Amino acid sequence: MSESSAELAVSVAEVGKVFPARKGGGVSALEAVSVDIAAGEFVSLIGPSGCGKSTLMRLVADLDSPSSGTITVFGKSARQARRDQDYGIAFQQAGLLPWRTVRENIELPLQLHGVGKAARRARASELIELVGLGDFGDRHPDQLSGGMQQRVAIARSLAESPRLLLMDEPFGALDEMTRERMQTELARLRAETGAAVVFVTHSIPEAVYLSDRVVVMSPRPGRIVQVLDMKLGGAEDRTDALREDAHFFERVSAVREALHGDPASAARARGAETR
Amino acid sequence: MKRLRGALLGIAGIVLLGVLWEGYKALAPAIGVKIGAITVLPRTSDAAMPHLATMLQRALDPVTAAAGSPPLWTAVLQASLFTVSIAAVSWVVGVIVGFLIATLMQRFRTAESALLPWVVLSQTVPLIALAPLVKRWGSLVHFGAFDWQDWMSVALIASYLAFFPVSIGALRGFASPEPAHLDLMRAYGVGWWRTYLRLRVPASVPYLVPALRLAAANAVIGTVVAEVSIGLSGGVGRMIIEFAQTGSSDPAKQWAPIFGAVLVGLVAAGAVALLGLALHKYRRNEVTA
Repeated sequence: MSESSAELAVSVAEVGKVFPARKGGGVSALEAVSVDIAAGEFVSLIGPSGCGKSTLMRLVADLDSPSSGTITVFGKSARQARRDQDYGIAFQQAGLLPWRTVRENIELPLQLHGVGKAARRARASELIELVGLGDFGDRHPDQLSGGMQQRVAIARSLAESPRLLLMDEPFGALDEMTRERMQTELARLRAETGAAVVFVTHSIPEAVYLSDRVVVMSPRPGRIVQVLDMKLGGAEDRTDALREDAHFFERVSAVREALHGDPASAARARGAETR
Repeated sequence: MKRLRGALLGIAGIVLLGVLWEGYKALAPAIGVKIGAITVLPRTSDAAMPHLATMLQRALDPVTAAAGSPPLWTAVLQASLFTVSIAAVSWVVGVIVGFLIATLMQRFRTAESALLPWVVLSQTVPLIALAPLVKRWGSLVHFGAFDWQDWMSVALIASYLAFFPVSIGALRGFASPEPAHLDLMRAYGVGWWRTYLRLRVPASVPYLVPALRLAAANAVIGTVVAEVSIGLSGGVGRMIIEFAQTGSSDPAKQWAPIFGAVLVGLVAAGAVALLGLALHKYRRNEVTA
């Protein structure tokens, strides 16, 4: 591996994914997708349903394997990276184990990887504080709101201090208020941990607010339409004020236009929406 | 308050049953109700339906007229203890076997295709009818100081009935984790065994508890019936048959072991209920968002 690729968190090269269909052929979910994500960079994948954004994230996580092309994570194969626990992961469903307390849920990956009891406890306490669940360590998931459950899931994904976080619409099931608060917190967490993030979403403001770069995808087959730089500053700038900022609105429009194809058709689409 | 109400309703149910018994006995004709030659409602003579008070009185009297004969109720209690011990052994064996079979089917898809039909089919074999055969095969088993005992044949037959709900319940339970949970375990790079231990087994508990209850009921029924067909004395099953033979002269006597059998069932159900309470934390349901 060369020096430059070692600095990359994720490198996706010419990746395609075909899911076998019942009647021969197959459904092409991704086609010729290439994207590099630098260490510490926050990249969102955005696109309509069925554009393969979740599939792409699952390929990076080695939960599925690509039909063609290669994926490297920190210079290793995706499989090796998974085995080495180079990433933390969070899904739309918090996916907490209902019989475990908040603390035990956060400790799960540590326990599975043979971390001692004392070290596990210390790390869990640290993370519970970090995600602001101070008094809830001994509660069970069914006693928490959706937003709190998702915080636990995020704390769990951070348990082993990964340099890469993979998040598949983690705030998709939350109400708008909770969602914005969680976004602000994620921006803060990301600044504190310095991890690279691959973030799947279908919310344009969410992608713009959080990301260094937004990857816009189109459906059937999933392709990258455009990669947009956000240039909205560091984590310290990701405050609620940013949501009112003109530059923020400008970037939101840019992503929307990329999603709808050329600017003219995007304008038509907007017109159609307002009619 | 809720618990008190439940207890009161339970007691009311038992009282109602007693009232029905005595009420029917008082109102219906002694020869029962016949349509043509067919008896559609049972006879109410003292031989067929003794008064509850008579049954109770009989339970307090000695078993036989012989000198030094213990009170009937102690003999029944002793027999119930004997039966419940065998039922417990067969329950444990059935649960272990059922759990192992379910694990095997979970681990290997081919094992599921190969075993599941046989597991289902196994329950259609009237093993009670094969009891004498089981006894004879058992008598051929010797190794070292170990000799096959008749109670083991009874336990074997009862466990054969007990394993079935456990294997089916556990199999469903093992398959119950959400896809996200399985993805998570894969992302953690852990293999089948730790996924099984940390995810599948705890997730199976809500399915397992009702299966364990069914297994307990099957173990009790299997034990009582197998005692009869194997001819094992000492338990309530055999006692019911023995006392039924004196039915014409001493009709109240045979009811004591029947109540003994009911007691065995209650003890078994209670024990599983306690187990369910102990597993309480695995029976929460996750409330999503």
